[in-house]
Amino acid sequence: MVANIGYYALIITFLASLYGAGAAAYGALKRKPDFVESGRYAMLLTGPLLTVASAAIIWLLTTGHYEISYVASVTSNSMPTYLKVTALWGGQEGSLVFWAWLMAAFTSAASLRKWDRDREMLPWFIMVTMITLAFFVSLTVFFENPFARLWLSADGQQVTAMLQPAGAVPLNPPDGRGLNPLLRHPGMIIHPPALYLGFVAYVIPYGFAMAALITRRSDDRWIRITRRWTLVAWIFLSLGLILGGRWAYDVLGWGGYWGWDPVEIAALLPWLAGTAFLHSVMVQEKKGMLKHWNMVLIILTYALVLFGTFLSRSGVLSSVHAFAKSAIGPMFFIFIGVTFLVSLSLLINRWEMLKGENFLKSMFSREALFLLNNFLFMGILVVCFWGVIFPLISELITGQKITVGPPFYERANGPLGLGLLILMAIAPLSAYASSTWKTIGRALWKPALVTLLVPIALFVGEIRNPIALAGYTAAALVAFVTLYEFWRGAMARHRRHGENLPLALWRMAGRNPRRYGGYVIHLGVVLMAFGIIGIEIYQTETQASLSRGEQVTLGRYVMTYDDISVFDTNDGRNVARAVVSVYKDGKLVDELYPRKDYYYDSQQAVTIPGTRSMLADDFYVILVGLDPDSRTDATFKIYHNPLVNLIWIGGGVFSLGTIIAVWVSRGRKRASKTSTASGISQA
Amino acid sequence: MRKLQAVMGIALGLILFSQALALPAFAQDGGPTDDDVNVIARELYCPVCENIPLDVCPTQACEQWRATIREKLVLGWSDEQIKDYFVDQYGPRVLAEPPAEGFNALVYILPPVLFAIGAYFLFRAVRPWRVEPPTPKDVSKESDDPYIAQLEKELRQRDE
Repeated sequence: MVANIGYYALIITFLASLYGAGAAAYGALKRKPDFVESGRYAMLLTGPLLTVASAAIIWLLTTGHYEISYVASVTSNSMPTYLKVTALWGGQEGSLVFWAWLMAAFTSAASLRKWDRDREMLPWFIMVTMITLAFFVSLTVFFENPFARLWLSADGQQVTAMLQPAGAVPLNPPDGRGLNPLLRHPGMIIHPPALYLGFVAYVIPYGFAMAALITRRSDDRWIRITRRWTLVAWIFLSLGLILGGRWAYDVLGWGGYWGWDPVEIAALLPWLAGTAFLHSVMVQEKKGMLKHWNMVLIILTYALVLFGTFLSRSGVLSSVHAFAKSAIGPMFFIFIGVTFLVSLSLLINRWEMLKGENFLKSMFSREALFLLNNFLFMGILVVCFWGVIFPLISELITGQKITVGPPFYERANGPLGLGLLILMAIAPLSAYASSTWKTIGRALWKPALVTLLVPIALFVGEIRNPIALAGYTAAALVAFVTLYEFWRGAMARHRRHGENLPLALWRMAGRNPRRYGGYVIHLGVVLMAFGIIGIEIYQTETQASLSRGEQVTLGRYVMTYDDISVFDTNDGRNVARAVVSVYKDGKLVDELYPRKDYYYDSQQAVTIPGTRSMLADDFYVILVGLDPDSRTDATFKIYHNPLVNLIWIGGGVFSLGTIIAVWVSRGRKRASKTSTASGISQA
Repeated sequence: MRKLQAVMGIALGLILFSQALALPAFAQDGGPTDDDVNVIARELYCPVCENIPLDVCPTQACEQWRATIREKLVLGWSDEQIKDYFVDQYGPRVLAEPPAEGFNALVYILPPVLFAIGAYFLFRAVRPWRVEPPTPKDVSKESDDPYIAQLEKELRQRDE
C-alpha cells in the first residue's frame, strides 16, 4: 500500500514536472500568464509529491519491508534506525529520489521569490528546472524504481517488478543484505546530502542564466538574483567534499583523506567550475565584463553536476564509490549531451548581445587577476576531467585498461594550486580598473616582508623540501595579506569613529560582508593548504607484525601492542579490537583501539583506525590483520600525519566565511530594502 | 620593541611548527620488511580493486600480490624489475600512471597543449582590451538627472 502510494507520487511528479515545463513555455510564447501561473503551481506541487515518495521510502526502510527490493538491498535487521533512514541515499534508486526531492524543494523555494521586475524570466526558469526534474524522476519511474517488489517466478527465479508477473508469488525475505559497511558511518548522515544540496542548488543559477538568454536580457540581473543561491550551492558542495575527506580518513583505512578516486574528482569538477564562476561574476557585476565567460561557466558547472551524478550513479567507472551500477548510463549521457549542446547553441545565438561594457585597463586590475584566477581553475579542471575520462577513451581505442592515479594529478595540479595561492595573496590588494604593479607593490611590501620570515624559519627548522617551502611561503603570504587587510580596515574605522577593534571588525565586515566573508574563506584555504602540504609531503608510515608485548617505532613515537579481543556484536558484526599504547619521547601519551569489523550480512570487512589526534599531528594506527594460526599476533600499519587537523579546522573557517558572505548579505539586503523604500519616498 | 617581540614570536612559532614536520625515517634491519614491500606496492594497483593502491588494499588477492613482491625482493630483484614483472603479467593498468608511449602518451600531452592554447587565447582576449579606448558606457557612471541617479543607485543597492 505505502509502496504503491510512493510510486504513484513519483508518476504524478513526473507528469507534473512535464506539464509545468510545457505550460510555462506555452504561456510565455502565447503571452498567456494563466498558463505560466499554472506551470508554477505544477512546480510547487513537485515538492510535496516528492516528500510523499521520500517519506514512503523511509517508512519502508525503517519498518523492514524486505519484500521491496531496494529495502532488502540496503537495510538489514541489525542496522540502527538512523542508518536505515540514511539508506534513502545509500543506494541507486533511493539516491535518485533524494536528488529529485532536494531539487524540487530548491526550485520551489526559488519560484516563491518576488518576480515583479523579472516576470519575463519566470516561465523559462520553470521550464529549465522542470525539464531537469522530469529527467531525474523519469529515471526512478522507468528504470530504477525504489518501490519495485521481489517475486519468485514459476521457474524458481527471483525477479524484481512493481506489478506481479504472471505465475510469480510474492517473496518476503526475513532480512536484508544491509548497507555497504563503508557507508555505515555517522558521516553518511551529512556527507552525501551536503554534496547533493550543492549539486542541485547549481540548477538555480543555471535556470536563471538560460532564462536570461531566452529573454535576451544582457544585464547582470540573473547574476544578482542568484548570488545567494550560488553561494549556497558552493558552500554545500565544499562541505560535501571536506566531509567526504573526513569520512575517507575515518573509514577507508589508508591514512589519507583524498585518493584522486574518479568519483571524488567527479564531485570536485563542478566545484572548480563553480568557484571560477563565483569569482568572475563579480567582474560582470562591477564592470559589465565577462558576460560570455560567465554564461560558459554556469553552463559548464551545470553539465559537470550532471556528469558527476552520472559517474557516481551509472557505474561507468569502477571505484570505491561506484557501489551502484545500472542501465541508466546511456540516458544520462544523452541528457548531458543534449542540455550542453542546446545551452551552448543558445549562448552562441545571443553572442553579440552579450558584449562587454568595459575594457581591461590594467593587467594588475582586479578583473585581470580574476581572469587569471579563472584560467588556473580551468587548468585544474582540464587536468582532472582528462584524468578521469582518459582510461575510458584508452579502453575504447586500444582495448586496454589503464590507471591514471594520484601522481598524475598531483604533478599537474601542484603548480596550478601554487599559482592560485599567489593570486589569492595579490588580488585582494588590487582595485577594479586602475591597479598597477606599483600600487600593488606599495600595498604588498609590508606583508611580504613579514612573509620572508617563513622560509627562513622553516629552513632553520630543517624543512628543506622546495615544494613545502614554496607552498608554505605562498600560503603565509595569503595569510599575512589577509590579516593586514583586516587590520588596515579596522584601524581606519577605529581612527574615524573611535570604535574598539572587535566592534570595528564587526561593523567593517557588516558593511562589506562579501569581501570580508571572502577573506575569511581565504584564511580557511590557508589553513587547509598548511594541512595538505603537511600530510602530503611529511607523512611517514611503517608496518609491522607484532606479538603481544612487542613494540614498533615511528620517529618520536613508540607503539606497544598490548592485547586483542575478538567478539560478536548484537548488530551483526564480528569485531577484532586491538589495544595499543602510544609513547612519545618515551612518555605514555595515549591508548588506542584500532579494530576490524566484519559484517556478516554483507560479508565485508571495514577497518576502523585508532587515532591520537592533536593540532600538530595525528598518530594513526590500522589493524591490518590477525595471524590465522596464533589468533593473537597482529599486523599493524602506522601513520604519522603532521598538521592533518588543519584541513578540518580550515574547512570550518572556510564554512564560516561563506556563512558571513551569505547570511550577513541577507541581513544587509533587508536593511537596504528598508532604506531604499524610504529613500525613494523622500525623493 | 613590541613589533620586535611580535616578529620574534612569529619566528619562534614557525620554528616550532617546522619541528612538527621533521621526523626521521624509520629503518629496520634484516631481509625485506613490510615497509620494503609497501614501497613498491604503493605504486601498483591490482586489476580487481581499481583505484586502491596495493599497499593499503585489504583483499586476499592484494595480500598475495604483496607476498609475491616479498618473494621477488628475497630473490634480489630491483623495484623496477618487480614492477615490470607485474606489467608483463597483468598489463600496464597495474601502474599508477600509464607509460608515456603510444596512444597513452596523450594523457600527458593534451593538458599542457590545452593550457598553452588557453594562455594564447587569454593573451589575445586581453590585448585588445588594453589598446582600445573604453566605451562611453560605464555601468558605474551615474545619470545626469539626480532623481534617476538616486533611483539607479538605490536599485543597485537593493540588489546587493
